[in-house]
Amino acid sequence: MVKTEMISENSKQNIVFMITRAATFFSVVVLFLVFMFVFMEGAAVININFLTKMWSHSDIRQGGIFPALVGSVFLGMGVAIVSIPIGIGTAIYLNEYAKNNLFTRSIKLAIRNLAGIPSIIYGLFGLSFFVLFLQLGTSLVAASLTLGVMTLPWIITASEEALKAVPLSFREGSYALGASKWQTIRGNVLPHSWSGMLTGSILGISRAMGETAPIIVVGATFFMSYLPTSPFDKFMALPYHTFILATQHSSQYARGYALGTALVLICLTFILNLGVFIIRYKLRKKKEW
Amino acid sequence: MKKYILALLLGLIIVTAGCSTQQEVTGAAVGETVKIRESLEIKGSDTMVQVVSALAEEYSRQDTRARMTVTGGGSGTGIAALINGEADIADSSRAMKEKEITEAKERGITPYEFIIARDMLSVVVNEDNPISELTFEQISSIFKGETTNWKEVGGNDQKITLYGRQSTSGTYVFFMEDVVKGDYSQKMRNLEGSQAIVEAVKQDENGVGYDGLGYVVDDEGKIISGIKAIKVARDQNSEYISPLDASKQAKYPISRLLYQYFAKKPEQGSALYNFLRFELSEKGQDIVTKSGFLPITVTEKKLNEQRLG
Amino acid sequence: MSSCKNLKEKIISVIFSATGAIALLTLMGIFIFLFTTGIKAFSHLSPGEFFAGREWNPAAYQDPKWGILSLLISTAMITLGSLIIAIPLGIAAAIYLSEIARPSIREVVKPVIEMIAGVPSVVLGLLGVLFLAPAIADLFNLSSGLNAFTSSIIVGIMVLPTIISISEDVLRSLPKEFREAGLALGATKWQMIRMTLLPAGLSGLAAATLLGLGRAIGETMVVLMVAGNSRAMPTSFFDPIRPITANIAIEIKEVVKDSLHYQTLFAMGLVLFGLTFLINFISDLIIQKQVRKYQW
Repeated sequence: MVKTEMISENSKQNIVFMITRAATFFSVVVLFLVFMFVFMEGAAVININFLTKMWSHSDIRQGGIFPALVGSVFLGMGVAIVSIPIGIGTAIYLNEYAKNNLFTRSIKLAIRNLAGIPSIIYGLFGLSFFVLFLQLGTSLVAASLTLGVMTLPWIITASEEALKAVPLSFREGSYALGASKWQTIRGNVLPHSWSGMLTGSILGISRAMGETAPIIVVGATFFMSYLPTSPFDKFMALPYHTFILATQHSSQYARGYALGTALVLICLTFILNLGVFIIRYKLRKKKEW
Repeated sequence: MKKYILALLLGLIIVTAGCSTQQEVTGAAVGETVKIRESLEIKGSDTMVQVVSALAEEYSRQDTRARMTVTGGGSGTGIAALINGEADIADSSRAMKEKEITEAKERGITPYEFIIARDMLSVVVNEDNPISELTFEQISSIFKGETTNWKEVGGNDQKITLYGRQSTSGTYVFFMEDVVKGDYSQKMRNLEGSQAIVEAVKQDENGVGYDGLGYVVDDEGKIISGIKAIKVARDQNSEYISPLDASKQAKYPISRLLYQYFAKKPEQGSALYNFLRFELSEKGQDIVTKSGFLPITVTEKKLNEQRLG
Repeated sequence: MSSCKNLKEKIISVIFSATGAIALLTLMGIFIFLFTTGIKAFSHLSPGEFFAGREWNPAAYQDPKWGILSLLISTAMITLGSLIIAIPLGIAAAIYLSEIARPSIREVVKPVIEMIAGVPSVVLGLLGVLFLAPAIADLFNLSSGLNAFTSSIIVGIMVLPTIISISEDVLRSLPKEFREAGLALGATKWQMIRMTLLPAGLSGLAAATLLGLGRAIGETMVVLMVAGNSRAMPTSFFDPIRPITANIAIEIKEVVKDSLHYQTLFAMGLVLFGLTFLINFISDLIIQKQVRKYQW
């Protein structure tokens, strides 16, 4: 009796486990399909010209996405400048200085909420605050601030984890030697956590560079005859460029070019992610605790 | 407790200090821009965004000091940007409404209207659709959602799928006011951008949409494969004319002017003025035709000259 | 000399607390801007007209209509549709990764799944428009694949990594004793998972679901490109829908500052903000309960 029950339980288990395996590999397959579809038609379009020339409107086969690449890179730098110092600072505060009181709890609540706010709401906020209220206009700086604020919770969380990973004993040892709080942080905690903070920041920036909705509202353009040179210039950006090639362009080649731009965007994100993965892997081998 | 209030205040100070520094820098940067280079910010109609970008590109080759930016979003977007003070030129595939002109004036902006091209708005269906002619009334009834099946106008027994633009689009407004003369059916799919309409009708045998001529023809002026343009007649007794028929252009019933609204009167010697002149020149109008639109006629030329003063 | 050092320490400590304050100020700022602009809409419209009105038509031929009911229902549909896909798949995958897979497989698969989260939404929207929508139109014999069904699939895929990684964390952090006790009683692995782990981790899994929900509500680009964007009240999943996020993204470009249309869009934004705030609040409560129960 027991044996037959066990057998049917076993076969149930096998089926269930197969299902879970399938579910997991579904996710992997999806990622693979995404790359494949984008690559199929997008790769044909990519060559040195595509990557380095200015966008030509009249014949898109002549021009390239250079201004969009430049715009995206500048945007990434802008986001880094805005969000990394504040993000790391907040993480240090929360992990090293904060006491468990209302102020701290409110900050933590705020961070969790900021992480959940839809990107278009950041667009609305960016429009009403940075573009209109502060009169920065639709520009690189307004977009950097908007995306920077959006990336903040991500960087704070990643940096906090990096700080938490440093054992308490490191700090205690330093205090025992008579060092002050800041000396301890600077000398014993940060050196061991900066790589985690770095990788978290890179991931955050790469997410920001892929965002489209907020920049539609705060500064990206369809066509520019020049490269942005000041933070107050407008800019072209890879995700917005992909979007308009998909929906607005009238050339019959637009479809291939949309996929090509998408491919460049994915590769950029992929390279950043890969870099983070490699850094993490190497460091895990080095860590002694 | 005091420490936290202090921290909050400090945080606020940092933020506001950062902001006001930027405002000072903004002032300096704007001043510099005006001295060294002239930047032109053009926003608006998706119908026109292609041709205006092509014009801007060609113009910036001649005038290397000019910094041109062109963005789409729809005629409504351009006009709003003009009123908000965010754009120098608004591309619009419809005339500015009275309401909008008043709002602009309330904010100290007097819009100057110029006509830079003509468009024939095409009603497009899938190339496999047997229907090839429709009257205004039929089109209006279809887009209002009153006619829901192709068989009602002599076609297959299939439900009609409506594709249109967003309300930001001048094309949307123009088509609504001039052809449909009523509200669009709520079931109409509001697609982003003129290109999306062509794509949708290509894939949908029962689809119908409306688009500017420039989006419907390829680089050689022939209709894009997969779709066809409906011949339109004002009523059952008039002639059915195709928008692709060059000889009958003057009689095609759904034609419109493509406008540009300037935030101020273009002054001789300014980039604004030079760009406009370029657009209206032979070279500019050549680009207009290549993009699939029609050049302006003598009447429009005269109007433009009048407004330039 | 030591007081000098103390002063320096104090200043540094205040600077750090100030950065912390910025996060708080930002959240408050977002709320304030949404609220002060959005609330003005209600001086012209009644809440009933706004929330329960069946027609949204700001650019109407005659009188503009401001009812967001069809938009709210569209948002609800995309959320429901994407979760129907993401929850079963996500929890199944989480179970696999946490309890069944070899560590070497987990090491490889986890980062791969994280990478899906890194794919920009505009790329997924692009693939949806160019490949998935036509395929679905062919498969189901529809006139167009731009509808709630197609967009739910894509948003479901986007939400999947969130649900997988949080659920996996939840399961992994359940004490070893749970597993050992279950197996010691002679249960098969699946029986143990089903009867011990899943109930124990239920609230954590619920929290993961809520976070997935929040992401689905907030998705903009995919729905903008793939959902069809028709203003009519949707009647089936094969109808085109127009979620609030897409509506804001579309119309924000055409509004004149401080017009009623501008204000109503901010009011919509306020509704979204409120929804995500509520979801976060509830999931926080659930996690607190879970933490207290199992002392993570």
